[in-house]
Amino acid sequence: MSPVVEPIIAPENLPPRVNYLNAGYGIRSWLLTKDHKRIALLYLASITFFFFIGGAAAVLFRLELLTPQSDLLQAETYNKLFTIHGLIMVFFFLIPSIPAVLGNFLVPMMIGARDLAFPRINLLSWYIFIIGGMFTLTAIILGGVDTGWTFYTPYSTTYANTYVIITAAGVFITGFSSILTGLNFIVTIHKMRAPGMTWMRLPLFIWAQYATSLINLLGTPVLAISIFLIAIERAFRLGIFDPALGGDPVLFQHLFWFYSHPAVYIMILPAMGVISEVITCFSRKRIFGYSFIAVSSLAIAVLGFFVWGHHMFVSSQSIYAGLIFSFLSMFVAIPSAVKVFNWTATLYKGSIIYQTPLLYALGFIGLFTIGGLTGIFVATLAIDVHVHDTYFIIAHFHYIMVGGALMGYLGGLHFWWPKITGRLYPEGWARLSALIIFVGFNLTFFPQFILGYLGMPRRYAAYPDEFQVLNVMSSAGASILGIGYLIPMIYFIWSMRYGPLAGPNPWNAKGLEWTTPSPPTTENFEHKPHITEEAYAYEVKEEKVVG
Amino acid sequence: MSDKSTAALAHQFDDPEQQLEASTLGMWAFLATEILFFGGMFAAYAVYRLAYPQAFAAASNHLDILLGTVNTAVLIASSLTMVLAVYSAQFAGRRAQVTFLLATLLLGTIFLSIKGVEYAHKFHEHLVPGAGFRFDGADPRHAAIFFSLYFAMTGLHALHMVIGAGLLIALTVMSWRGRFSAVYYTPVEMVALYWHFVDVIWIFLFPLLYLIGRH
Amino acid sequence: MATAAALRKTYFLVFGALLLLTLLTAGIAYVDLGPLSFAVALAIAMTKAALVMIFFMHLNHSEFLVKVFAGAGVLWLLHMLTFTLADYLSR
Repeated sequence: MSPVVEPIIAPENLPPRVNYLNAGYGIRSWLLTKDHKRIALLYLASITFFFFIGGAAAVLFRLELLTPQSDLLQAETYNKLFTIHGLIMVFFFLIPSIPAVLGNFLVPMMIGARDLAFPRINLLSWYIFIIGGMFTLTAIILGGVDTGWTFYTPYSTTYANTYVIITAAGVFITGFSSILTGLNFIVTIHKMRAPGMTWMRLPLFIWAQYATSLINLLGTPVLAISIFLIAIERAFRLGIFDPALGGDPVLFQHLFWFYSHPAVYIMILPAMGVISEVITCFSRKRIFGYSFIAVSSLAIAVLGFFVWGHHMFVSSQSIYAGLIFSFLSMFVAIPSAVKVFNWTATLYKGSIIYQTPLLYALGFIGLFTIGGLTGIFVATLAIDVHVHDTYFIIAHFHYIMVGGALMGYLGGLHFWWPKITGRLYPEGWARLSALIIFVGFNLTFFPQFILGYLGMPRRYAAYPDEFQVLNVMSSAGASILGIGYLIPMIYFIWSMRYGPLAGPNPWNAKGLEWTTPSPPTTENFEHKPHITEEAYAYEVKEEKVVG
Repeated sequence: MSDKSTAALAHQFDDPEQQLEASTLGMWAFLATEILFFGGMFAAYAVYRLAYPQAFAAASNHLDILLGTVNTAVLIASSLTMVLAVYSAQFAGRRAQVTFLLATLLLGTIFLSIKGVEYAHKFHEHLVPGAGFRFDGADPRHAAIFFSLYFAMTGLHALHMVIGAGLLIALTVMSWRGRFSAVYYTPVEMVALYWHFVDVIWIFLFPLLYLIGRH
Repeated sequence: MATAAALRKTYFLVFGALLLLTLLTAGIAYVDLGPLSFAVALAIAMTKAALVMIFFMHLNHSEFLVKVFAGAGVLWLLHMLTFTLADYLSR
């Protein structure tokens, strides 16, 4: 059925004798590497580690939520666990996931460059990430932090006696890692494209990375400064956000969401880039509406900065500001829908191959659509007053961030795994785990829509008895989801040694990265490529007839 | 000369022009980030100044306008010496480069010293927000917010100056060793961009913090 | 070297203008202009910033893209200020 997994060891399928993986041995050659591909792998290892920490926190509080009483965990511990889960998953897993792993690996290869524009800054950004992670882990080990990942004042200033400053320092530092990665991508995409690689020939993954990087550059510093102000407010007892000292806690929310709403698009845009690549490859069709998808990425990035007040409808924000933010939020639906329609149109009459990456992509389209449509609900002022801070919100953003961003990341990881390691993963297991993840995810989070609609508030360890059935369903789903995540972890590691050799282009995909051997050499390309055709020229013959 | 520029060409670039363009764009992108970094505090300033204009004016009057003005002049002068250092890299020799870099470093140090004197005064006058804060004006609570922002903004600005001074020292050493020429002076230009940017931030901090409610 | 000399002259002229504007803004702070005081102070600061960015930071010789990025930072800051204040001013 699958045309590609047959392990033929033809000479052209053998990996190059010297490739980026064996160009140097020993820990030094990794920790001091300036090769974007190796740095991508450093990130891969680090964010996987953080993913399991964030996941462990989720396991504990999902266990607690099996029963209505707060019996397994005390309320304080519960608060710390959901804070750890949010902080780690957002800042140390989702935000770096696709840009820092797949983006780092692919951006130079896709545009025909030898490396990013600033390899040393690239390595520096990984170290900054690790230092930030160490701060946050230190705070967790010392006893945790209970403010929620949003650091809302006055929880984080007047009412917290936990390790807010250390955690804040961790998030502050990590922010600079994503700023530097974004900066590197922007300069690289502007200045390092190979001859003939015009903007309208760029893979859509690159457009998505570019849009993401813009948000990183223009949004992240505002998060950094608001976190910084919280830290000094706590340290020196200042009154910048403290109403008792004349300050305004809502100002913090403005500054925080100025970044953190666009940050949702930092997580989802790169995943959309992955989906564009995967869908066109496995439908064997040129992507439908290339320029619309490309521009919609930029539109989402820009519009994302105009809607932050929809997180603050019940915060004492003025009703007029609320109305405007609610109205503007509707516009984000347009470019998002443009993408979904174009992906669907690409699949239409395609020669579809149900390879694992496509399964993830299809999962993405469905789950993202649910997440996006419920986003319209919660951006509607009147409805949000009802569901604000309930499980409806939790379900909504998990459909975007897990159903969307994480599915995109896993899909992309499967898609480019043969390029990264030179070996194929076991297709059967991969399909199975994709299915388990899809089922587990929906079982975990769909009940939460209902719970939220019925009024169960987020961030409580205890709940009324009538919510138990749905909560048990959710916890059961979470265990299935957990198994779904462990399986790829195992077969990916297995495949690095025992997987069949992939050859340069196991999917017969278009794109410059597939013209290099797997794994690529340190310099990526033997000769500087010259690009003469559009991206995704899967139907070259037909195209000639038409043209 | 051209040998040096080839040696300074990193492997990922095709030619020195591409390298210079990439560095310049990268630096400006970084400065855009910096604008937003300070921007968060400008937003806080705007919100509170609109809410408590009298308290802000009263608090601002406790700042030393003479020292503020002198410091502004010092910083502008340092920008001039910085741009002359770039100019020397392009058109003059090593000696001029080193002289102007050291002059910039000296002016930066003078700025930081004056800032230190001002901080010490505020400390003695109990104008540092926190437990020891005392303000004899009408609205001490909101005056304290002014001083919180004053210390946060000037403090972060000073931190940028300290980083800039570190960069200048490194640059002076490189310049002394003859690393820069008319063909290759990218690091000088990049540090200069950073230094001027720090100057621009101060150009806004000066009227916003020192010059309100003087009449 | 004629252009070099001209460049040098420009730098000193800009420096002179910046010093004058500094004295002007400090002096005018003592004049009661009512609500205009803030506008004048801000206008002078923006002029000074523009002088530094155009001449010292060489925006006048920069490629278009660099100007776009310089502008983007400023534009985004203005956007943040406008939307945040829109809330506070309409409460």
